[in-house]
Amino acid sequence: MSTPSATRRQLDIDRARELIELACRQGATAADLLSIDGDEFSVTYRSNEVEKLHGAHSRRLGLRVFVDGQVATGATSDTTPETLERLVSELVANARAMGSDECAGLPLATEIARDLPDLELADPHADSLDVAGRIDLARRAEEAALSADPRITNSDGSTFAFDASHRIYASSCGFAGEYPSTTFSLISQPLASADDQMQRDYYYTVARHLSDLEEPEAIGAEAARRAVRRLGATQPETGAVPVVFSPETASRLLGSLGSAVCGASLYNQASFLIDQIGEAIAASPVQIVDDPLENRGLGSRPFDGEGVATRRTAVVRDGHLQSYLLDCYSGRRLQLPTTGNCRRSTEGSPSAGPHQLRLLPGKLSPEEIIASVDDGLYLTSLIGHGANLVTGDFSQGAAGLWIRGGELAEPVEECTVAGTLQDIFRGIVSIGSDLESKRTVSAPTLKIAQLMVAGR
Amino acid sequence: MSDAQHALERTPERFFAQQFGFSDRMAGQALGRLLGGPIDDGDLYFEYRTNEGLQLDDGVVKEATRNVTQGVGVRANSEAKTGYAYSDDITIDSLRIASESARAIAATGPGGESVAVAPRAHTHDLYPIDTPTTDVPLAVKIRLLEEIDARARAVDPRIRKVVASVTTEHKVVLVARADGEVVGDVRPLTRFNVSCIAVDGDRREQGYAGAGGRLAFDGHADLAHLADLAQRAAGQAIRNLTAESAPAGTMDVVLGPGWPGILLHEAIGHGLEGDFNRKGTSAFSGRIGERVASPLCTVVDDGTLVGQRGSLNVDDEGTPTQQTVLIENGILRAYLQDRLNARLMGLPATGNGRRESYQDQPLPRMTNTFMLAGESDPGDILRSVKRGLFAQEFGGGQVDITNGKFVFSASEAFLIEDGKVTRPVKGATLIGNGPDVLTRVSMVGNDLELDLGVGTCGKEGQSVPVCVGLPTIRVDGLTVGGTQ
Repeated sequence: MSTPSATRRQLDIDRARELIELACRQGATAADLLSIDGDEFSVTYRSNEVEKLHGAHSRRLGLRVFVDGQVATGATSDTTPETLERLVSELVANARAMGSDECAGLPLATEIARDLPDLELADPHADSLDVAGRIDLARRAEEAALSADPRITNSDGSTFAFDASHRIYASSCGFAGEYPSTTFSLISQPLASADDQMQRDYYYTVARHLSDLEEPEAIGAEAARRAVRRLGATQPETGAVPVVFSPETASRLLGSLGSAVCGASLYNQASFLIDQIGEAIAASPVQIVDDPLENRGLGSRPFDGEGVATRRTAVVRDGHLQSYLLDCYSGRRLQLPTTGNCRRSTEGSPSAGPHQLRLLPGKLSPEEIIASVDDGLYLTSLIGHGANLVTGDFSQGAAGLWIRGGELAEPVEECTVAGTLQDIFRGIVSIGSDLESKRTVSAPTLKIAQLMVAGR
Repeated sequence: MSDAQHALERTPERFFAQQFGFSDRMAGQALGRLLGGPIDDGDLYFEYRTNEGLQLDDGVVKEATRNVTQGVGVRANSEAKTGYAYSDDITIDSLRIASESARAIAATGPGGESVAVAPRAHTHDLYPIDTPTTDVPLAVKIRLLEEIDARARAVDPRIRKVVASVTTEHKVVLVARADGEVVGDVRPLTRFNVSCIAVDGDRREQGYAGAGGRLAFDGHADLAHLADLAQRAAGQAIRNLTAESAPAGTMDVVLGPGWPGILLHEAIGHGLEGDFNRKGTSAFSGRIGERVASPLCTVVDDGTLVGQRGSLNVDDEGTPTQQTVLIENGILRAYLQDRLNARLMGLPATGNGRRESYQDQPLPRMTNTFMLAGESDPGDILRSVKRGLFAQEFGGGQVDITNGKFVFSASEAFLIEDGKVTRPVKGATLIGNGPDVLTRVSMVGNDLELDLGVGTCGKEGQSVPVCVGLPTIRVDGLTVGGTQ
């Protein structure tokens, strides 16, 4: 299968600059533009055959215009000159209908990225794997999952996905930059069954470079192990116990904290971390950084969504909140400088967000942490939307394994864990050494001294 | 302009013909390339969508957004296999490449003859509109948002922050099917949102309300209706200021009418989608005809309700929508089907084949899912509970369709003590087991309500608008994820 219209670029930096000039001629006092061209491919291998094969080329252009403090944004996939000219004039007219916001505007000249680092975000050998080779990776993962254990009886399939994109950003304050990136991923989702119970779990690998993917056999086998260990799960008793968060579930916790330190949550008064700079918001060994400069990082970027240089930001140091994550707009609302955290898609308005948030690893292995719990929950799965960032209240559906005498015992499900994010982060008593790079927001195994588990 | 001319203006065939040179011949040739040999089914899905958004942030009208999206998705099915390709260009050339790519899933040779193509009329007209909602002047929308903002602030001086927004969508789709039928649809979608922050000393709480549907814009311009929305959001934030910690453990729960119907969506609806059941990966697989709910429960999915957020004249495969009885007096009756899974299971398609956009393959999805009203008085239902939880507003939910465990999170809840609704408690996640939770429904109220038009359902990365509905019900023994 060939990818439709492969690698046909819609526009280059020169054309991007022309469009910005056009907006300014039509009355915009400032403007910026983001263009993303991408090739996507995915294949799902289920049981013993290919189930889905998807391929496409997509392109999208987002434009933002300012008329002093008035702003409008628009996006289109139709990049013919007539459409773009009409879009520009519509946006200028729309901006003029807006209220004036003195905080709106592009970065200062001094904030703009100068030297763009090469973060190796694109694999130069991305094309070395043809379609047959891609299908083969999915097949190998699927076969490994299905043959791992006799209790693996069914599957949601194993999927290999590849996307390559090229991003161009230009603005009227003089910045123009571009970079390509690639992402490869392989996920396996087998089902296990025994005694009228079915359980599903998954395991995956994802990387910027093909050679950094884990072996398909390892993915399938680990996914199967996770599905099988859920078999026989029952509802635990209600009670307050120590809870060990796996890297998957610990990363969900960190994600909530990451949202609460971002610009919009703060100026919207919708964060439990308002006015907490300098305060102890987590246990003293907790270090949290946002690092968009990691080589080959999934959340790495050479410049942010408004052309500001990206940088490593210490968010929490020794348990104390050091910095919020801000773009230019939220920075002005809070009278603070941008931290280079503008996140932007082609649609709608940009806003501040973490690039690559890490709760830094400690020294203990996950096994050592589990061994330190006499009676508690090893939490492997969280479902639902029960984190309230305004108050910090946290209540989520949970599943995992009970820990008895320092060892993983029977699986549990149909329970919840609840507390407040404040108490959870202050209650971190152990930090694992097992930080993974396959998530843009990632934390290692964490042990919380005590949380309420609701069940029977 | 006469009604007939209006009808003509909004014909999707005509729109794509004028905008992109779509013709029956173009579709027939592309279908010919796609089909033939081992290919059992396939379609072309043309889409042109305009989205507009506007936000009022503390009284300042911020940033209008206007996004235009266009493209065509091409699909080929052979037995259980799907090949899918899409293009942002709607041209003969891009259709040819996409058709050949999609076909490559199952066949190496070239496709068959050109397919004879003919338009088909709708059986429904559930959301007639004259003016696309995206064309309503900004000034009109701004005035409505200002009204919401003022009403919310008037509720209580402790309301410190109000964000009101409106999003509108105008979507024109055209499906060319393997049988040569071409069917289109023009779909409006509007949604108002209000979010409030209330502050009292160190305590900070939020409230949220939203409303919308597939209605002409005037359908929402009713000021009394918007005032009610502002009152709901602000009132919720204020009530939450005094909420105490929620209880933890298993107890009797009364769910209020309307949006708490998200229970059905998570606990029942997803598990009845055809794909999971064909593959045997759902906790409901193979259980048609079995009792999965108390005899008080009849649950339907109905895409044919006028103006509702989940309604569709035809689904995204061109199948007319219908009412499907999922559970009748407690007995499991039917699954929700798209064409692929219906064909493979030997069952009729139910008009539930939906996709987020031309970039996505259709999947069996819900439309408007609700429980029919029962006979109990809602007050009697509350009075029947000695000690329990009354939950009337919820955030989102999620389900693991394989083990059946589902959650949904209350955003406003109260304790019931000796049959009386007493103190407000903090939001908490409720967790249960899908195939079992409705067997513990012991009372069903006579007050069925649909939600106000805020539901969005996610599956395999695709989001589609849906609606849920519920009368007041009592569920005996549901696990409540509080802290006390």
